[in-house]
Amino acid sequence: MLQVAVKKTRGAFALCAQFELPTPGVAALFGRSGCGKSTLIEIIAGLLGADSGSVALDGEVLLDTERRIAVPPEARRIGYVFQDARLFPHLGVAANLRYAERRARGLAYVGFEEVADLLALGPLLGRRPQQLSGGEKQRVAIGRALLGQPRLLLLDEPLASLDKARREEVLPYLEKLRDQLAIPMVYVSHQFEEVLRLATHVVLMDCGKTVAQGGIGEISLQPELRGIVGADAVGAIVDGEVAGIDAGGALARVRIGSGELTVAAANLAAGARVRVQILARDVIVATAEPRHLSVRNILQGTVCGIAADIADADLISIDVGGAPILARITTAARRELGLCSGMRVWALVKTVAIAADRLRRL
Amino acid sequence: MNWLHPAEREALWLSLEVSLRSVCLCLPPAVLIAWLLTRRRFPGRTLLDAFVHLPLVLPPVAVGYVLLIVFGMRGVLGGWLHRTFGIDLIFTRNGAALATAVMTLPIMVRSMRISLENVDRGLEDAARTLGAGPLDRFATITLPLMLPGILAGTITAFSAGLGEFGAVITFVSNIPGETRTLPLALYTALQTPGGNAAAARLACISFALGLGGLLLAEWFARRVRRMLGR
Repeated sequence: MLQVAVKKTRGAFALCAQFELPTPGVAALFGRSGCGKSTLIEIIAGLLGADSGSVALDGEVLLDTERRIAVPPEARRIGYVFQDARLFPHLGVAANLRYAERRARGLAYVGFEEVADLLALGPLLGRRPQQLSGGEKQRVAIGRALLGQPRLLLLDEPLASLDKARREEVLPYLEKLRDQLAIPMVYVSHQFEEVLRLATHVVLMDCGKTVAQGGIGEISLQPELRGIVGADAVGAIVDGEVAGIDAGGALARVRIGSGELTVAAANLAAGARVRVQILARDVIVATAEPRHLSVRNILQGTVCGIAADIADADLISIDVGGAPILARITTAARRELGLCSGMRVWALVKTVAIAADRLRRL
Repeated sequence: MNWLHPAEREALWLSLEVSLRSVCLCLPPAVLIAWLLTRRRFPGRTLLDAFVHLPLVLPPVAVGYVLLIVFGMRGVLGGWLHRTFGIDLIFTRNGAALATAVMTLPIMVRSMRISLENVDRGLEDAARTLGAGPLDRFATITLPLMLPGILAGTITAFSAGLGEFGAVITFVSNIPGETRTLPLALYTALQTPGGNAAAARLACISFALGLGGLLLAEWFARRVRRMLGR
């Protein structure tokens, strides 16, 4: 468990953060650029002091301003992957990795070979940092942080300085890391797609404050999220299980709550657990069971909440047998349909609306 | 070097020796001072900065005079060094090396400071998160990364040290074979009737050494920079 409760003022910027993260697990620190995410993890790493507050990891106090405890970063055993990689330019790739390994004080949860294998660093070992692409640099930086045998790995927007193609070169390795090593991670990001793919837990930040935290499904329903990700990215994230594969393996039927959702199957097998985001703008609401439509996904549920959304639109929460779905419809349509809490409705989602980057295997 | 008179050859070797000793003497404090001035904020920092750079603006003779007072036989430090270690600085090549060191210290410190200011502190932070303590970080990250400045500063200081005149002649006098370095020999030749040819030869050597040193410093700095990928 990582427990953080800190305050820090820097000029006009005030950070006031409080959250707890279960370990192991991947937690995303999510918020717009400049909302204090980096400042916060620098405090967790110890590179920056706090005005007041405390940081504890698995019961060990790392910072407590009241008791005047401040463990220096070199003694915290917290790995840090910086946005700009920060490989040592005077050392080769292998020497950069060994630098961390030698200072791990004999601990060896992950070995050199294992890390090199996991991140496919073999062909890079003989090179110098200047000869690496941005994505390769980040992979080496992740490997170096891992070889420090950290108890917690902090990743400060490791993909932010990469273009989309390079990002795709690194993301799968981060997923592998999460699935194969039981190392707790805090992943800082302002890209919700990355959070959806990597995180199990989300801490939402806005203007220097932690505004909400919880499982990713729970967070996806938070109204605060709209201001951070933008109205178009609002949508419930639900977990489900693949019930079957149709159309010669191209489509998968995913059971969510009491309904079934057909999505494009990307190497999915029956029984696989998946997490999917259904964007609110892609959901149509009907008050009678619809027929003669091309839409493959018709989920029956009950309205459990109506909230004002962007101008002239409302956000309808629909409970589909335990799985929540959000739908954005115009206020006029809501009035015409006479929607109210407890009403029985059908939510319609086009299969093609669920893009591959909104779907993830668990 | 048969075209050189034995006394001139002696002056050349003595200059090289004195300058080498001076550089060795200067190097550790220069690194420390450069680091203090760049990385630390402490009371008296501006004063230290000014003090180190003083030899650049003071008449060298004044520096030699101060050394004479402090390190002379009856000086505070000079007496103590003589009694405790049996080290005499006055009228010796060690004294010449000390005077040269004081005069070339600002050159070294300047060059190292520029280099240190270009060292990305983020790299030191990265080393910190990997478990490197302060000394470890300094030795494995900071020092190697400021190497271009250290090398350039050392070579420039060595070249400049070959020609140090005022402070040397004031502090340790002009003793043939002990403290008569190149510039002192050149000065002596000019004062001697018929010494014009010798003065010309010595001037040529000084010129060649100075130019060679500066070129070497630049070449080294460029090589190291390329090695560091900058």
